[in-house]
Amino acid sequence: MLVFMGVIACYLVVALALPLYAILSKSFKNNDGEFVGLANYLEYFNTPSLTYSIQNSLTISIITTLISVTIAFTLAYGLSRSCMRLKGLFKIIALVPILVPSLLPGIALVYLFGRQGLIKELLFGHDIYGPIGIVISEVFFTLPHALIIIMTALSIADARLYEAAQSLNAGKVKTFFTVTLPGARYGLISAGFVVFTLTITDFGAPKVIGGDFNVLATDIYKQVIGQQNFEMGAVVSLILLLPAGVAFTVDRIMQRKQVALLSARAVAYEPKPSTSFDWIMFSWATIVSIFILTILGTCQYAALIKFYPYDLTLSLKNYQFDLMDGGGWESFYNSLELACWTAVIGTVLVFLGAYMVEKGKGFHLGRSLFQFLAMLPMAVPGLVLGLAYIFFFNSPNNPLNFLYHTMAILVISTVTHFYTVAHLTAVTALKQMDPEFESVASSLKTPFYRTFTRITVPVCLPAILDISIYLFVNAMTTVSAVVFLYGPHTSLASVAVLNMDDAGDIAPAAAMGMMIFYTNASVRILHGLLSRGVLRKTQSWRSR
Amino acid sequence: MSQSEPYLKIGNLTKRFGDFTALSDVTLAVFEGEFVCFLGPSGCGKTTLLRAIAGLDIQTYGTVDQAGRDVSSLPPAERDFGIVFQSYALFPNLTIEKNIAYGLENLKQPASKIRDRVAELLQLVGMPEQGKKYPAQLSGGQQQRVALARAIAISPGLLLLDEPLSALDAKVRVKLRHEIKELQRKLGITTIMVTHDQEEALTMADRIVVINNGLIEQVGTPEQIYREPATRFVADFIGSMNFLPATKVSKNKVRIGQLEFSCSDAAGSAEITPDQPVHAAIRPEDILVGDASSNYIDATVDSIEFLGSFVRADLSSPQLDGLILLADFSANRVRSENLSAGSHIRISLPAESLLIYAE
Amino acid sequence: MKFTKFLAAAVMTGVMASPVFAATELTVYTAVEAEDLKKYAERFNEDHPDININWVRDSTGIVTAKLLAEKENPQADVIWGLAATSLLLMKSEDMLEPYAPAGLDGLDSKFRDKSEPPTWTGMDAWVAAICVNTVEAEANNLPMPASWQDLTNPVYKGHIAMPNPNSSGTGFLDVSSWLQIFGEDDGWAFMDGLHQNIHHYTHSGSKPCKQAASGEVAIGVSFAFRGAKSKADGAPLEIIIPSEGIGWDMEATAIVKGTDNMEAAKTLVDWSITDKANMMYNEGYAVIGKQALAKPVEHFPSNIPESMIDNDFEWAANNRKRILAEWQKRYDSKSEPKS
Repeated sequence: MLVFMGVIACYLVVALALPLYAILSKSFKNNDGEFVGLANYLEYFNTPSLTYSIQNSLTISIITTLISVTIAFTLAYGLSRSCMRLKGLFKIIALVPILVPSLLPGIALVYLFGRQGLIKELLFGHDIYGPIGIVISEVFFTLPHALIIIMTALSIADARLYEAAQSLNAGKVKTFFTVTLPGARYGLISAGFVVFTLTITDFGAPKVIGGDFNVLATDIYKQVIGQQNFEMGAVVSLILLLPAGVAFTVDRIMQRKQVALLSARAVAYEPKPSTSFDWIMFSWATIVSIFILTILGTCQYAALIKFYPYDLTLSLKNYQFDLMDGGGWESFYNSLELACWTAVIGTVLVFLGAYMVEKGKGFHLGRSLFQFLAMLPMAVPGLVLGLAYIFFFNSPNNPLNFLYHTMAILVISTVTHFYTVAHLTAVTALKQMDPEFESVASSLKTPFYRTFTRITVPVCLPAILDISIYLFVNAMTTVSAVVFLYGPHTSLASVAVLNMDDAGDIAPAAAMGMMIFYTNASVRILHGLLSRGVLRKTQSWRSR
Repeated sequence: MSQSEPYLKIGNLTKRFGDFTALSDVTLAVFEGEFVCFLGPSGCGKTTLLRAIAGLDIQTYGTVDQAGRDVSSLPPAERDFGIVFQSYALFPNLTIEKNIAYGLENLKQPASKIRDRVAELLQLVGMPEQGKKYPAQLSGGQQQRVALARAIAISPGLLLLDEPLSALDAKVRVKLRHEIKELQRKLGITTIMVTHDQEEALTMADRIVVINNGLIEQVGTPEQIYREPATRFVADFIGSMNFLPATKVSKNKVRIGQLEFSCSDAAGSAEITPDQPVHAAIRPEDILVGDASSNYIDATVDSIEFLGSFVRADLSSPQLDGLILLADFSANRVRSENLSAGSHIRISLPAESLLIYAE
Repeated sequence: MKFTKFLAAAVMTGVMASPVFAATELTVYTAVEAEDLKKYAERFNEDHPDININWVRDSTGIVTAKLLAEKENPQADVIWGLAATSLLLMKSEDMLEPYAPAGLDGLDSKFRDKSEPPTWTGMDAWVAAICVNTVEAEANNLPMPASWQDLTNPVYKGHIAMPNPNSSGTGFLDVSSWLQIFGEDDGWAFMDGLHQNIHHYTHSGSKPCKQAASGEVAIGVSFAFRGAKSKADGAPLEIIIPSEGIGWDMEATAIVKGTDNMEAAKTLVDWSITDKANMMYNEGYAVIGKQALAKPVEHFPSNIPESMIDNDFEWAANNRKRILAEWQKRYDSKSEPKS
């Protein structure tokens, strides 16, 4: 067992710790690889065009956080505390943005609010390219993440507190501020930090719709791709690591407190119908849903138009990806391949790793170190990871050098990039299992691997399926880490969206983006059906 | 019960978790076929001791010998025991049958033999019809029976029970107590049960090991533990006990308040030198009405608490410098003596029930 | 066990990514327009079916960056279709294999590296141009520009897009040509004026023209080839060749030092300057290495050859870093909070 843990720990060291060290040391070196101390940092802070990006990134992220969390909270409030109709539908729509790359909303915004935008009048002459566009895109992109967290926080409300408030004659408003809000505060804070981190590290939206509004994430890309200034790219990466790291740490602390709140014995709250309140919430959910569907619908519309805005006939011309930048249809198939590998290998790796940490005995230092490594990817922006991989894997001295430009390195980077959430899902599932299963099994002289396959895996199957779909969807949509790593035969659909947009082929970019959406949506539905089938078969014990 | 060579020998066993010493130098022998209870407050180390015996948490040092074999450093799978946990730890995704057969399947027995054995065990725990169900479909008591059947399926030499009844409600608990004890007697399997419930220990165990702060306070039969608690802790922990500040006068004499009483010289009180301050202890039910012994005093009933089959009275006496004595009287006695708050009665503290502990 | 499986899978994918056929595999880095890649490979294979080309295509900036990043551990065998200024940069880093391809004498002397033997040979020239959307220009009452200087006219404020020279080869050739046309001081002064009118800088050189084609901006500073293509697609575009002259760069070919496939690499470079190859380039580009073979290209303004400035590539390559830094200092802070 120790050996297994060692192997997976080695994976995390090679795929995470060493590359991060490589990027760190690069930031202290000059172009010729000589150590220059803080010279690169000094240059950075003496270049106003670069340091402005810090301010820009923070501004964008804070505004996005406020808007996204507010929308998510009001929507979650409606979904959990009102008796409005179509709750299920609204929830599904609100979660849809998870299935598309963060580049897609930006593309839609060009068609909606650009020079030739369908509804550009709504902006009252403001320019969509820049902070406005970025914020709208990021709100779209982060909304589901915030919603999930806040829904969870609201769902643990204790009905008895509401009864107490009622018996003390507290009005609705007072109850909201004294019971609802405090109860959800950790969820709100946690959602805030998650949105903040997602926004400040996102590269897709500012790339597509940011115009000349520079942010840290696009600076890294520009430094590395545009100017071949890898050292400066490393410096910006580490600066981006800072706010992401802080946000991550605060979030972890909040999560822990939230768990403590959860363990209290609560009585579930059942909302009571109230015509006016339910209608307000219904209207609000409708507005949010229209916003999301409009973004998607616009992209699909744009993809099918021959030559917007001068020739509005429908055509499939924009699907001739082979005639454009980005690697053509091959990149779509590559993305599918990447997603499958990531889902399979990632799930196995993550689940085994979590199993070792949770069920392993002794070797405490090693296990806490492993736990730390497993949490780290969440704090590392994809771009930073991707750049770190260039430094580490493309070094001629590295025996793993052969991985460079292969599908394998894309799989490794994607698994690593999304390791933390998958790991936490696995750990939560394992924690819910009786800790004595292994003791009983060993008293019955059963080897641990038999108990693992016969008990642990079947019991955790829902979580395992969740992990695999999470990894699949993210492998389809991710741009940030892989943008530095794809090779001649491993271009990806998400990167193709970026490159086609970059080359001005925005309609094909929208078409490819929608292909990713349809793929993820189908896989999601398939996953739903499949897990329902599998669950019925293997989880019949759950029902009494 | 063979008294020749112990089946299980625990020698100088110590377990530390970091700076915390959970068990300190524990030595104990358990004989074949015996039912032993580890009793103590939570955190006293009793579960740690059980887990050390099972090999689930290996001791820091010390030895465990089972059936003449040194198993001190063996992993659980190479030891010979079955275990039942408070949570039952039934595999939720396997049927009852599969749960019970789980250990058997490892022994490479033919399927028919396993089937027969499972049926036999289901019969044994009184659930012959429930084999196809899943654990979640059973009540707590039924789940505990399945856990028991699973533990004894591979016919282990030692059965370990870790608080097996504490998750059940009171009535089921009492019923299962008998069933487990009955089963253990029938199978003759050496059994160690960890519990914090003294009633459970007193009714089920052949011998009780009282543990406190990682140390064994006393080992003895339930009778011995109750009647002759070796230490003040045991006296206090098991049942109710009046503790009265006193001074030892001579070997069999003690002064409480202004009076001298004869007392038992058991419980190692011989080592206590005269004039040393001590505690005199007596159980409420040992206080008798009337002057049946020479140790009698006159007391006032301050209050009476009705507890069903008996009554607990708060007694005080000027001769005892205002100390309060708790006394249990049967309901009949209360009626016949017509006791109520404010009554004056004479009570006696029989010498053989009056125990002395150093301060 | 699972992990060995994973490793095996990882290795297998690695192997799959570079399939081993009987034919020689050449990894060719290029910035040639994506839609032309298939054609280039097919024409080459008509003559050399035994050599299989694996394209790595990206914009000029990215391909250059990739090549430099991989300097220690080159992945490419041949570079076919990258800006000469980029190749000069690589030459100075000693990354290119000097080689005189067969038939070198037939090539215009401008279209080759000055070293002997040359490290690179030219294919065709791609030239700067202004794409103007006639519909948008009319809608916004914009006069048709005739010169670079015209673009500094305040009427164009917010209507122009141009490529960022830091990432786009076209952007760099624009900037380096302006500095040569106007001289260093006046060049920057011109760009200061232009900057006032720029709506945004793009990452890629073709995007401004595509955006002009779709009306996202009225005017795109881009290159003629792109404009001609979009015009062919039906965009309401006018392609302007400014009167001061136009910057240009060559698409060129070179062998990467340290390639394992030297023979095949030489074969490809030999072919890249043949008459057949030149006529193929001519299908999209008006100016080619063997200009004698050139025929006019549809939608291309006819005055291109005489408008091309006498571009000093060595100067541009040697000053690239300085120019880009200066540009970035001056203009890359369009993001600066507006006060």
